[in-house]
Amino acid sequence: MRVKPTLQTATLLFTLLSSAHAHGGATADAALKKGFLRCGVNTGITGFAQPDSNGEWRGVDVDFCRAVGAALFGDARKVRYTPLTAQQRFTALQSGEVDLLARNTTWTMSRDTSLGLNFVGINFYDGQGFMVARRLKVKSAKELNGAAICVQSGTTTELNLADYFRAKNMKFKPVVIEKLEEVLNAYFAGRCDVYTTDVSGLISARVSRAVNPADHVILPEVISKEPFGPAVRHGDDHWFDVVKWTLFATIEAEDLGLTSKNIEQQAQSHDPAVQRFVGVKGDFGKMLGLDNRWAYNIIKQVGNYGESFDRNLTPLGLDRGLNKLWNRGGLMYAPPMR
Amino acid sequence: MGSLNQPRVRSVAYQTLLATALILAVWYLIANVVENLGQRRIASGFGFLAREAGFEIGETTFLSYDAADTYLRALAVGFLNTFRAASLAIIVSTLLGALIGLARLSRNWLLEKIAAGYVEVIRNVPLVVQLFFWYAVITDLLPAPAEALNPLPGVFLSNRGFGFPTLVALAPIELNYPVLSGFNFSGGGLLSPEFAALFLGLALYTAAFIGEIVRAGILAVDHGQFEAAYSLGHSQRQVMRCIVLPQALRIIVPPLTSQFLNCTKNSSLAVAIGYPDLVSIANTTINQTGQAIEGIAIIMLVYLTISLAISGFMNWYNRRIVLRGNKR
Repeated sequence: MRVKPTLQTATLLFTLLSSAHAHGGATADAALKKGFLRCGVNTGITGFAQPDSNGEWRGVDVDFCRAVGAALFGDARKVRYTPLTAQQRFTALQSGEVDLLARNTTWTMSRDTSLGLNFVGINFYDGQGFMVARRLKVKSAKELNGAAICVQSGTTTELNLADYFRAKNMKFKPVVIEKLEEVLNAYFAGRCDVYTTDVSGLISARVSRAVNPADHVILPEVISKEPFGPAVRHGDDHWFDVVKWTLFATIEAEDLGLTSKNIEQQAQSHDPAVQRFVGVKGDFGKMLGLDNRWAYNIIKQVGNYGESFDRNLTPLGLDRGLNKLWNRGGLMYAPPMR
Repeated sequence: MGSLNQPRVRSVAYQTLLATALILAVWYLIANVVENLGQRRIASGFGFLAREAGFEIGETTFLSYDAADTYLRALAVGFLNTFRAASLAIIVSTLLGALIGLARLSRNWLLEKIAAGYVEVIRNVPLVVQLFFWYAVITDLLPAPAEALNPLPGVFLSNRGFGFPTLVALAPIELNYPVLSGFNFSGGGLLSPEFAALFLGLALYTAAFIGEIVRAGILAVDHGQFEAAYSLGHSQRQVMRCIVLPQALRIIVPPLTSQFLNCTKNSSLAVAIGYPDLVSIANTTINQTGQAIEGIAIIMLVYLTISLAISGFMNWYNRRIVLRGNKR
């Protein structure tokens, strides 16, 4: 069990020991040479990243990896997934084990500044919540004094939890477990009164793991801001741009009304914004060092942000909420592609 | 320069060369790590130890702790938790192992088979699987706190752990009983399911190995010793206690030391079942500070220190019991 993080630290140490200088622009070249993109994803969280019954990875984070694959190779299938625990994720990115981390990871200042990585933007706005068994008849997080709380290690969740209880002057007993699977086992076995993580994670766990989902309630309090974003390593600005604009392209497409179903006919459109997007006008692909049809490929093969959301998260009962487009009351906004 | 022909001078020269090369290589690697960390703007150094940890720890041993304390104190709590689990497991596994070793040599057929079965089953199942097993037994089979089993007055068994009364005063005897309040029991003592699973798993696992060591040690005592002792009219008990065991101990102690070391190191599997041991706390620390190299260095240093202390003590004990003539 302890082998993997230790091995990873060893790999990190090794890369740091051996590579005398970091070089720029290399990530895309190396991926093109290998013929596939290495994407770090969650070990298994329904709606974000989980293999389906055929072993195909599914989820919004997986869709993002596929979008980058489509932009880079013109083929969304050229992605290999590396499932990472909360603890392994940053080391895997730092050491070059993955080219890109798309693993429902909260963008925080300390992670952005001291871990040697850059967040490219936000692909899901979330917040931390609490789930309790209905039979405990708890109505609010303020009634949780003295509760035993299951939490996964290596997450911002651990800190928010402590902060919240300190501010409210309440006590709790954390049960901190490394693997999500084991955390959920402990909660559903009744070892803890409460399970806490991001609300999307609570909903996902309730749908996929509870014997009877109605036996568990998610409390109304959301105690933190958890903006999830894909991240890349420091030192390759070109790669940073590619991944960042892949994210914006999926949002911009929804804004322009471009979907995987209509983009083929929309390519003939006379709307200059659409023409720029699909690569008929302008050299926006070249500016990224990619094919001019990069954005077309993303939408054709993966779909826009809203399609990905509807495919993966809506079936779980998750509301678009803050993740609606900016002009529909949400926070999703892409800078102009011009 | 002619002196280079002398083997002594040559060997000193070679060793100096080798040492210099080693030091240079290590220095180069460290300098490279520091430079690369700086270049990638990854924080380094041990300054984070004095910062506020900000996370809670489920249980503590001796030392009090809350989220406002420093990382250093959090790591100390982790170390003491490791120490508590490992030392208790070592003591219990040694006693249990000795009994199993003796049982395997017993002339009672049933006893011998039970002991042999125990050793084979426990020894051949990976420890982490056993930890998951005990943890699942405790959390799945035991009832919620509100329906806790109450086998003795003041003793409660639930999936929150094992609650028992603690002694507050001796004369007159005054006990502090655990009482159900809110979500859980308060008052009295409480052994958490995580601690119980880790302790059980470690103690039972290590005992199987120690049992075999004890059996081998006794079998290695020359058969003539038994016969001579019996013919002098000693009872079976006396033979074991005064003749055989003291001799067997000399064979048992060195491999026993390795088992103690293994037991301590195996306690790091605690993280799998959520017991806040040193590795668990260090992992959280690494995650929040991002300083993996420092964190792993601390883990290594602590385990190295514990291991050296155990082997130091066991070597001292071994020298005391070894045959005078065999001292080296």
